Amino acid sequence: MAERHIGRSLLRREDRRLLTGRGQFIADLELPRMLHAAFVRSPVAHARIRSVDLSAAAAVPGVALALSGDELVKLLPPLPDTQLSLPNKWTSHVEHEFHNPQQPGLAHDKVRHVGEAVAVIVAESRYAAEDATGLVSLDLDPLPAVVSAEAALAPDAPLVHDHLRTNLFGRFSIAKGDVGPAMAAAPHRLQRRFYHHRYAAMPIECRGVAALYDARTDAITIWSSTQVVHWVRREVAAILGMPEARVRCLALDVGGGFGVKGHVYPEDLVIPFLARRLGRPVRWIEDRHEHLQSAAHSRDQLHEVEVGFDNDGRILALRDNFILDCGAWNPIGGGVPYNTAAHMTGPYRIDNLAVSAHTAATNKVPNTAYRGAGRPEAVFVMERIVDLVAGQLGFEPAEVRRRNMIGAEEMPYRAGILYRDGEPIVYDGGDYPAALRQALEAIGGVEAFRQRQREAREGGRHLGLGIGCYVEGTGVGPFEGATVRIEPSGKVYVSSGACSQGQGMETIFAQVVADAWRVAPEDVVIALADTAAITAGSGTFASRSTVTLSAAIHHASERLREKAFAIAGNLLECAPADLELRDGGVGVVGVPGDTVSLSRLAHAARPGWDHGRPPGVDAGLKETHYWEPPTVTWSYAVHAAIVEVDPEIGRVTIDKYAVAHDCGVVVNPLLVEGQIAGGTTQGIGGALLEELPYDSEGQLLAGSLADYLVPTASDVPDMAMAHQHTPSPLNPLGVKGVGEGGAVAPPAAIANAICDALSPFGVEFNATPVKPEQIVTAVRAARK
Amino acid sequence: MSDAVDIRLTVNGQAREGRCEPRKLLVDFLREELGLTGTHIGCEHGICGACTIFYNGEAARSCLMFAVQADGAELVTVEGLANGEELHPMQQAFHEHHALQCGFCTPGMLIAALDYLKINPDPSEDEIREGISAVLCRCTGYVNIVKAVKAAAVVMRAAAPHTNPLSASGEREEPA
Amino acid sequence: MKPAKFDYYRPATIDEAVAILERYQGEARVLAGGQSLVPMMNFRLATPAAIVDLNRIPGLSDIEAADGFVRFGAMTRQRQLEFAPLVTDKLPLLREALRWVGHLPTRTRGTIGGSIANADPAAEIPMVFQALGGEVVVRGPRGERRVMAPDLFTGPLTTSLASDEIITDVRFAAVPPGAAFAIEEFARRKGDFAIAAIAAVLVRDGERCTVARLATAGIGPVPVRLREAEVILEERGLGEPAIAAAAERAAELVEPMSDHNASADYRRHLTGVLTRRAVLKAIKDGNHV
Repeated sequence: MAERHIGRSLLRREDRRLLTGRGQFIADLELPRMLHAAFVRSPVAHARIRSVDLSAAAAVPGVALALSGDELVKLLPPLPDTQLSLPNKWTSHVEHEFHNPQQPGLAHDKVRHVGEAVAVIVAESRYAAEDATGLVSLDLDPLPAVVSAEAALAPDAPLVHDHLRTNLFGRFSIAKGDVGPAMAAAPHRLQRRFYHHRYAAMPIECRGVAALYDARTDAITIWSSTQVVHWVRREVAAILGMPEARVRCLALDVGGGFGVKGHVYPEDLVIPFLARRLGRPVRWIEDRHEHLQSAAHSRDQLHEVEVGFDNDGRILALRDNFILDCGAWNPIGGGVPYNTAAHMTGPYRIDNLAVSAHTAATNKVPNTAYRGAGRPEAVFVMERIVDLVAGQLGFEPAEVRRRNMIGAEEMPYRAGILYRDGEPIVYDGGDYPAALRQALEAIGGVEAFRQRQREAREGGRHLGLGIGCYVEGTGVGPFEGATVRIEPSGKVYVSSGACSQGQGMETIFAQVVADAWRVAPEDVVIALADTAAITAGSGTFASRSTVTLSAAIHHASERLREKAFAIAGNLLECAPADLELRDGGVGVVGVPGDTVSLSRLAHAARPGWDHGRPPGVDAGLKETHYWEPPTVTWSYAVHAAIVEVDPEIGRVTIDKYAVAHDCGVVVNPLLVEGQIAGGTTQGIGGALLEELPYDSEGQLLAGSLADYLVPTASDVPDMAMAHQHTPSPLNPLGVKGVGEGGAVAPPAAIANAICDALSPFGVEFNATPVKPEQIVTAVRAARK
Repeated sequence: MSDAVDIRLTVNGQAREGRCEPRKLLVDFLREELGLTGTHIGCEHGICGACTIFYNGEAARSCLMFAVQADGAELVTVEGLANGEELHPMQQAFHEHHALQCGFCTPGMLIAALDYLKINPDPSEDEIREGISAVLCRCTGYVNIVKAVKAAAVVMRAAAPHTNPLSASGEREEPA
Repeated sequence: MKPAKFDYYRPATIDEAVAILERYQGEARVLAGGQSLVPMMNFRLATPAAIVDLNRIPGLSDIEAADGFVRFGAMTRQRQLEFAPLVTDKLPLLREALRWVGHLPTRTRGTIGGSIANADPAAEIPMVFQALGGEVVVRGPRGERRVMAPDLFTGPLTTSLASDEIITDVRFAAVPPGAAFAIEEFARRKGDFAIAAIAAVLVRDGERCTVARLATAGIGPVPVRLREAEVILEERGLGEPAIAAAAERAAELVEPMSDHNASADYRRHLTGVLTRRAVLKAIKDGNHV
């Protein structure tokens, strides 16, 4: 009996502890004699630090240490300038320049954004630490704040990083075909500005770091609510001058990441430093107010676009110049804006393309990746353009999409530009027009909707239909690793540097391993997010873990199986070629009784006397494989939204929402739908509710969750989902990533739907969020 | 007067006591003095709902109360919902309908959902959405939570058609 | 964030509570439901030297109806109000408003006296208090006094109460028998504070409107009665032209605030729209006692 587990909606093994309050999140970690840290954060956007007076703070009862930036800079090197490297294949082919500063653990010369840490207090309780932070005296010499990316790149702009002599963190450009002549020759052209605004991941669990230094072994253990335990370990080891083998980083249960926990922060370095210095464990738990002003923001791109098209609505040329408002530091480097460029043409056949990007430094919170990581911005631009083209020609927007979409018969499709891994983009399979059809069917069909829309208009109600299509490169490298080990108990133990923040990895990888080893999922142990369990790891971001870890498991298992069969063959006295995996063991093909259990094999594999290995087979039943993907594999989806707009007050209600998607072979359908629903809800928040506005002095106007409007259950509709399954040709299981996708399309779909609802007024919304007041203002102006 | 005070209360049916400053938030007292870390902190300004517990039988945000206020009170936290190893129908429904991902909002969501069913034991989907708007979830998009609450409501009505499994005091009552 | 230190008092009587407030000379705050005060303290935007916890004082949460008024002890929880038969019968407008007030867990703790004393410009309970009229009974070191609804709210988060005075009772005038009522609110999400809200109460006599009450929340610094708009309805009836005129006048009457949620112009616009809608809804739904 070989029951397959991949493809089944197994319920999650993570659930029991999380449902009964027995999860362990970073704030639940208690260590003996633990101290608590609180950071002093800048109240102004840009200033020279004249002095930081810690004397009153240090005198507060219970305070163990008070440290400012100018002391720390003598003891600790800064973070490296870019944590997400681009390979030679990219840097040698894409025209670019990058100037990235290195962020110190605490600001010492200048503060560069409201919320930047300038000092840290360690005390017996967080309450006492906060009492002390309130007594720190900052002498700051205010400087003019740079609060717009465009202004940052103007010649006379104040410099965020003086030594760079520029506010340009980076720039690149890509091109295919020949945009100039193609644009000039196009029968129609239109130009627009698009703005996809600044918002953020906002997980319900904020960040947190704890560290424990062991003087006996001169080793340090770090627990961080992070997506990238190996990155943290690498940076801490480098900065503390310790061998990596003496630095261990783990993530416990993590309450949501979505990208904001996907790089190394200064706090990840400062807390371990403090633990070693004080000889006592130190823990820092970020609160929401801190999170809003120091955990990375995202999006915030302004695009100037020109498109040339023909009478049939076929897009002939696209030129896009965009600026990304990166805030005061740039940990992720060119990763996010390059995603925007690489995903700009989406599922469409556009032969002439020129995209140039500028990343600007401003006095705001740093901008890194958040679910979608540059793709929502591209999709917002492209999908609004398609609707505008349709509007200008009087075509149904779905029809313009059909005419431009790459067809299934054109797969694999060479897009003509490189992905950020340096490989040429090849859409490796799928049927975009079918997804469009499915999404529109799921929403009730376009014709039926247009009828409904007409009738509603006659009754004074405004309904609109909007579509958002995207493709997504998933499973990016550089690598992910799996160590597969057969335990003496007979269980299959898999460890990896992948990290979970709720994706259900303990369950889905148990399914993968169960199929690979013909065991029950309950006999699989998945151990993630611990640098002690595997030497190298990349981490979880960019919709990559299902793809990369399943492939690593596959290849490690193949090699381990050879070894297991060699040993089993020795025990059963037959050739390995006559063996198969079955029922938690290895047996002779065609001879039901002749089996040796995995447990027995593990015992037989041991080193020492009386082992069961044949000559030439080394001890141990463990194999590690680092899988390096050839390139990304392409998921895609179409989102369709029907909204009702109340133009008198500006309220937008989502009436229906449908998603048709393809993430290849699906390991667990229930969990995939959960990812889509969650991502879509975040995208809806980005379309209508969430924003991180700054005033002209660089003050962040969202100070709490009363200002930053995360969607509630009343704000989002039920969602219809349709699935396609085009297996990936690029990995053994045929899987593709799905973690980010849901968040990529909603801003486009909803903005398009609102414009469609208000088409009698001829209003356009080319910026997000689309807010009620803007709708009312636009409609009132149009009515005049 | 800001010195530590003694607090005696009942949590999950057990008599507990502790000592803390008046300013100590109830959620911190539960987590630190009583070691009940199942209740989580997401904002400390009463909006996200992750800290929701039962206070004398009604859901309340424990980040907006001081521990001293709970002196003499009966509390139920997420740790008190299951009956030994047997999950409460709401917990079971969350499991079966994949109504949690990272699990951080889940304790608050379970309690807010149970409280809502107390005042509306047979809610429509829209009513459930309104009821659980009290707690923010960033992972699930709420779709499966609504399904789970609907399913749990059916089970709970069948098990005790005229009473609620959680009495006004927050203690578990077995059906007669 | 964690709150700063404070002295904590748990008095057994109102007079004890008042004495403590007097002693601290404005540096002490009363703790009722805590749903507004504690977030401010957690942000350290409020750092009172002392907290006077009213939650153990007996006899402050009874509800009774007499002489066309409904009297609530100030510590009556919003959740109690939601399910009190007396409220459903005599103050259905308040029950309707409570649907918009936060969420069930916040109504578990939030009190009627606390909401009124907090005087948040965007809160619904003060709007109903203005719409129906009524008074609060206040106890201070100099004894007891009554403050009528129009004299209570003086600015955003500010009332005419002294720092050593405590509201002990809130009396609402009952919704007139046979009155129709409605609330139209616009907020960004369900349960959020109102960006603009209008409460309408109409007593009809055939085509005529004998009594009209229109009150606001979220629009200006304090909840106000839109008397001149009410007069238009009382004098001209409830036909479309009168309603339109009343809505237009309502928009002119308000002094809307501008903040990052909404501009003054938009709030003024919403005032007109929501007034018209509230009146129409009251007529159509015919909610009445």
